[in-house]
Amino acid sequence: MNKELYFDNAATTAVDERVVEAMKPYFSMTYGNPGSMHTLGLEAKEALDSARVMLARFLNCSDEEVIFTGSGTESINMAIKGAALALQKKGKHIITQKTEHPAVLETCEYLEKQGFEVTYLDVDVYGFVSLEKLKEVMRLDTILVSIMYANNEIGTVQPIKEIAEVCKENKVLFHTDACQAAGYLDMDVKNLGIDYLSMNGSKLYGPKGVGILYVKSGRPLSPLIHGGGQEYGKRSGTENVPLIVGLAKAVEIADGEREREVARLTEMRDYLIRELLKRIPKSLLNGHPTKRLPNNVNVTFLNVEGETLLLELDQYGICASTGSACTSKTLEPSHVILALGRPYEVAHGSLRFSLGRYTTKEGIDKLLGILPETVEKYRMLSPVHLQESQI
Amino acid sequence: MNMEEKIQLHKDVEAKVESKKWFYSETVKEHFFKPKNFLLSEEKAKEADAKSDGVGQVGSPACGDMMKMWLMIDRESERITDCKWQTFGCASAIASTSMLSVMLTENGGMKIEEALQIKPQDIAARLDGLPQRKFHCSVLGDKALRAAVNDYFRKTGQDARVIVGGAKVIDKILKITDKDIEEAVLEGAHDFETVQKKTKVGVYDKNCIPEVEQLIRFYREKYFG
Repeated sequence: MNKELYFDNAATTAVDERVVEAMKPYFSMTYGNPGSMHTLGLEAKEALDSARVMLARFLNCSDEEVIFTGSGTESINMAIKGAALALQKKGKHIITQKTEHPAVLETCEYLEKQGFEVTYLDVDVYGFVSLEKLKEVMRLDTILVSIMYANNEIGTVQPIKEIAEVCKENKVLFHTDACQAAGYLDMDVKNLGIDYLSMNGSKLYGPKGVGILYVKSGRPLSPLIHGGGQEYGKRSGTENVPLIVGLAKAVEIADGEREREVARLTEMRDYLIRELLKRIPKSLLNGHPTKRLPNNVNVTFLNVEGETLLLELDQYGICASTGSACTSKTLEPSHVILALGRPYEVAHGSLRFSLGRYTTKEGIDKLLGILPETVEKYRMLSPVHLQESQI
Repeated sequence: MNMEEKIQLHKDVEAKVESKKWFYSETVKEHFFKPKNFLLSEEKAKEADAKSDGVGQVGSPACGDMMKMWLMIDRESERITDCKWQTFGCASAIASTSMLSVMLTENGGMKIEEALQIKPQDIAARLDGLPQRKFHCSVLGDKALRAAVNDYFRKTGQDARVIVGGAKVIDKILKITDKDIEEAVLEGAHDFETVQKKTKVGVYDKNCIPEVEQLIRFYREKYFG
């Protein structure tokens, strides 16, 4: 596998070699349970503690505010359900938006079945939620707002600080899904004014199967997993020391390289967008031209179905992704592209290229060398001939 | 080299295909990367519109799948002498149409009556199977064929032979038909709850629920049983 041709870093990333090295001792050498009192246990505890210190520094919070979980999805479930359960006496209204990840949307739908009420805010043509709208839908019984930091499909970066302020003014708690943002955007929870934040390691060159939930001190949270009282009683279960160590190492590396990496990726992202739109007629950028993640490119090629392009590119060793009908279980096209007000025809032809640490200009040029002809081929096979003006 | 030749060769790809893992069956791969009997370009499609004995189009770009099929039919023997197609859709939609076109034209061409006996399962079987949620692709191919044959019947004044698959309204309030339920089952909704989530059937018209449940069982067995 050529990592230079891997344009699916928003799905998951390769684990950095330095991370692999950092994790190694904790599988079968320092394998103790951090809850044990013997030396081996204490050594594991020490590793766990320093990982927590590292992550607390990263988020600019205190150690007790960092809860380790099993994934970004778990963190999100824990934040939303945990806050909802803890606050249900106060109210049962939750606000989120239509372009959230299924981890948020499905959790909210579940809560609706349990008697909660959820408002799903619309977004504008770029995927931004409106602060005015948010203020309007706030109610006395609103207990939680959950708005993602940056969108996984189209990369739109929400005005998270402003959203947090609106929540504060209305005395409503605020959760953000920062799984895509970590490693690229400001993660200072104090500066941002966040109450709960979910993130994971598998998008920033750390291992899969580990996540964090930041819970601001004093914020209510009913635990979902009961047991031995680990993670300050908020998430029981023996701590997954090797993966936690790996996550901390990954965050440390990503944080150290962030400024340089953001600049490098932004330049390549803009190059790829510019060239795709130039070289392939009838192509449309999804999301905002600049207020998007530095590694996200999402383009619709009219009159072709995303999956065909994806599979043909795969044969050249190029990995991309589609949120369109054919990858999702339901065969529905991307709910995110539809929420932008784009018609179904546009949603079906979207392709996401998410760049990363191993992306090079050469790799992008290889992609640019293959994609235009691939699109042309499937357009020639297609009985659909929509023009941009019809969209 | 023009696009047609490139597709026939598909050299770059073939070299790499061998060792790779692939989501679909090998036969789907073959018919996706090197489709048979396709019409390349809008111009060729227009020419075919004019000279074909029967033309059928089903689906829509909004649904994510659209197929167009052109048939040449020998009036005397009623054999399909040529079949061309264009498809907008995923890999299994392209492969399904390609395979169907082969089935219709192999061995000197299939007789119309025989062709109308083809079921979506037959296309899927010839492709060595399709994932369950892609099964609707073969259904669409089947529908395109029926539409093209009907067009032939109309063009040749054999209106009596036109096959009309009328839809029956099941949900009286939302006007949801048995076709809608069939479609939902084909797209992977195999119980009442998921069909309702997809179609909203029975949300207001509660009386239709037993009939809907019966239809779901029927289509589930028809396509997946």
